[in-house]
Amino acid sequence: MPKDSGIGASSKRREDLRFLTGAGKYTDDINIHGQTYVHFLRADVAHATINSIDTTAAAAMPGVVQVFTGADFEAVGGIPCGWQVTDRFGEPMQEPRHPVIAHGTIRHVGEIVAAVVGETLAQARDAAEAIVLDLTEKPAVVDMKAAATEGSTKVHDDLASNICYDWGFVEENRDAVDQAIKDAAHVTTLELVNNRLVANPMEPRVAVGEYSRSDDMHTLHTTSQNPHVIRLLMGAFVLGIPEHKLRVVAPDVGGGFGTKIFHYAEEAFCTFAAKAVNRPVKWTSTRSEAFMSDAHGRDHVTKIELAMDADNNFTAIRTETYANMGAYLSTFASSVPTWLHGTLMAGNYKTPLIYVNVKAMFTNTVPVDAYRGAGRPEATFQLERVIDKAARERGVDPIALRRQNFVTEFPYATPVAVEYDTGDYEATMAKLEEIADIDGFAARRAESEAKGKLRGLGVNCYIEACGIAPSNLVGQLGARAGLYDAATVRVNATGSISVMVGAHSHGQGHETSFPQVISEMIGIPEDQIDIVHGDTSKIPFGMGTYGSRSLAVCGSAMVRAAEKVINKAKKIAAHLLEASDADIELKDGQFSVAGTDKSVAWGDVTLAAYVPHNYPLEDIEPGLEETAFYDPANFTYPAGAYACEVEVDPDTGKVTIERFSAADDFGNVINPMIVSGQVHGGIAQGIGQALLENCAYDEDGQLISASYMDYAMPRADDLPFYTVDHSCQTPCTHNPLGVKGCGEAGAIGSPPSVVNAVIDALQSGGKNVTHIDMPVTPARVWEAMNNA
Amino acid sequence: MTGISMVVNGRAVSGDVEGRTLLSSFLRDDLRLTGTHVGCDTSQCGACVVHVNGKAVKACTMFAVEADGAEVATIEGEANADGSLSVIQQAFQDHHGLQCGFCTPGMVMSAAALLKDNPKPTETEVRDYLEGNICRCTGYHNIVKAIMAASGQDVSAIAAE
Repeated sequence: MPKDSGIGASSKRREDLRFLTGAGKYTDDINIHGQTYVHFLRADVAHATINSIDTTAAAAMPGVVQVFTGADFEAVGGIPCGWQVTDRFGEPMQEPRHPVIAHGTIRHVGEIVAAVVGETLAQARDAAEAIVLDLTEKPAVVDMKAAATEGSTKVHDDLASNICYDWGFVEENRDAVDQAIKDAAHVTTLELVNNRLVANPMEPRVAVGEYSRSDDMHTLHTTSQNPHVIRLLMGAFVLGIPEHKLRVVAPDVGGGFGTKIFHYAEEAFCTFAAKAVNRPVKWTSTRSEAFMSDAHGRDHVTKIELAMDADNNFTAIRTETYANMGAYLSTFASSVPTWLHGTLMAGNYKTPLIYVNVKAMFTNTVPVDAYRGAGRPEATFQLERVIDKAARERGVDPIALRRQNFVTEFPYATPVAVEYDTGDYEATMAKLEEIADIDGFAARRAESEAKGKLRGLGVNCYIEACGIAPSNLVGQLGARAGLYDAATVRVNATGSISVMVGAHSHGQGHETSFPQVISEMIGIPEDQIDIVHGDTSKIPFGMGTYGSRSLAVCGSAMVRAAEKVINKAKKIAAHLLEASDADIELKDGQFSVAGTDKSVAWGDVTLAAYVPHNYPLEDIEPGLEETAFYDPANFTYPAGAYACEVEVDPDTGKVTIERFSAADDFGNVINPMIVSGQVHGGIAQGIGQALLENCAYDEDGQLISASYMDYAMPRADDLPFYTVDHSCQTPCTHNPLGVKGCGEAGAIGSPPSVVNAVIDALQSGGKNVTHIDMPVTPARVWEAMNNA
Repeated sequence: MTGISMVVNGRAVSGDVEGRTLLSSFLRDDLRLTGTHVGCDTSQCGACVVHVNGKAVKACTMFAVEADGAEVATIEGEANADGSLSVIQQAFQDHHGLQCGFCTPGMVMSAAALLKDNPKPTETEVRDYLEGNICRCTGYHNIVKAIMAASGQDVSAIAAE
């Protein structure tokens, strides 16, 4: 029987009530008395010297409060990067200044050149049109390999080159890997592009800055996944505001997918300008602005080589990747192609030798940073594509080749620095074969062929590292922050509970799933527990939600805090029951003395804590509220196996997803309904990357996919129903809930199986096509078929 | 500025707007009905779908002055009179048809318009109808399932959860 509450129950989401009735409170729904509106004048060229900006006419327009340019921000800091990568020669990465408003040079289309604050948005927008810019255009650097050549135009004149870093991992293995590839019985090589994407949460970014002169207090309302991170970065590095004078509030946030992790110029601007004009300043991004100012994702160009012995055992992997950073380093940009990518190159397989080289490039494009999966989709895609290609070259079944090379014993130390604590890759593969009905594929292919269609089956595995991260480890690797999280469990006098958490929910359903954990621990109904998140003035210093970390890290902090609460409550109960602490048990909201019928209810104990008339005041303090910070001992390693079946129309090249199945191992699952929903959404984004989405620049650095007319978002009629399963569970060994994280798996695990399926379909039609770059559009498929 | 009046969710309202003011802005900024969301500027995403004189309309494609004299229904008027969720809203909750909630008002209003015209849509008909509503969270699986369930169809055979 499925449970109806607590851990493992598909509790319905309580947050839905406000979202379904139009009562959600998103940042753009915040309107403060006296607020002004900012319109940003953004660069429409990719690279130029700013000779002058004349704002005189604009400043005189009706309703204009103040016009700002880069000169107004000379005295404040640049937007910081949170991770310093050391290159393979032991040198720190090149790290250019990232101004709030361009000053002297424009480096990408969409960069802020000036800002008009007006009484109304329309007035600010009208006035921006009266700003006169005198620019000298420069050649744009767009292609990463061209950017790496001697003599290329530089994005930053003050840097030595366009190479942010040239990273080798593990550098000590380089020669051994080269030798193993020379000695191999067979080497499969694949060159591929991991296409540039735009995260596109449906809510565009918004920032509202407020300032109170009477107490020198700044407040920023913003669409963020991690308000404390924004307070830290903006307060300490950009504007020089101490924490106690800066409050950051991220209320209901309409999706993040990584792109709302980062600290953005618009946040700093609104906070700064609110003080300068002494009125609230509001900015609401249009979708067009979002395309040219939200950090983009992916954008890797990779060559991977997989070496095998005569028996098809993997012996070595060597990769060379160019990773686009864009014009400036966004908050976590530098860590994505390195520590979130290179460390996953072992995948689910026991390859003894691996070497990963990554050249991170500056180009005249929007900054690139983490997008759902962040580095791990790029690792998974190249590995699972090259394995499929190798299986074809060797004439073996791609599932069998994977099985043969699976890691089967845990813990497993990979040759790329991480240690998988637990897993069972055979179990998820077997589950996949069952739910995807792999045995029935031949019959389905025959049916498709009878209709004149080609049918293909693509399978892949994935592993990811979640629950970022052990602070001491990431500190050694260059992170400039700790990556613990925090929770405060506040028990009220009558026994209800408020839990203040560092994690932020922007679609993940924490308001429902987190109380399930507390309910299970104490044995009181879920509706007696509320979650408070998203406001630095209310929650402890936690690092927010990204990298599928909320439950594994913040949830662990919550469990630790609840354990402290329970331990204290047991002491109170022992006093009330005139027993020893050690004999007190808590079950179903009742404290009882072991082996007796003496008991006291949760609510009586909590009341005693706040009305301490009969209370051991000499031993313990009144009240019942505890905070815990949790710093994980290791990453968590969700893993699984995915299968996609496509039909390809040989006349048009159109690919249709016929079936999609996912077998995941997320460890223990708190709310299966929510977990399935997370996987569905991830799969849709992965299929979007594989078939539809592409963020494209022309050679002049113009963004040519800057609206939903040009950037193909997956729509309901592009996608099938999915079959997902998370019954294979190897609990994480090092966090108290045994959870691993599920937010990114779908996006990581799905693109390779889609492309593998298309290649399988084309090969079944006698076309010798071995690779098509994503997005696998009808035009690309048609071209590949007709050139094969 | 032009004076306009209309009936929104059964209540008579009026205001003064510029000719360029969109219906979505009038609802959000003048009437403070912030349940209608704006997710794009090319009339693609559908987060702003409302009903004007009984027809589903993207409120960003219509000037407020064009709605002068019209009957407008928004997400704020969708629940039952006693505040309980409508059949469609309840189906969205029951089947986890929303995550971040931003596209949800438009999805619910589109679903309501679909079921009015086509009380028992097939999966394909639901997916085709939602062509103009983009969701980035759910992969549509549970939205399609919720709408079919709201139409009284048995969705238990659809892939679990």
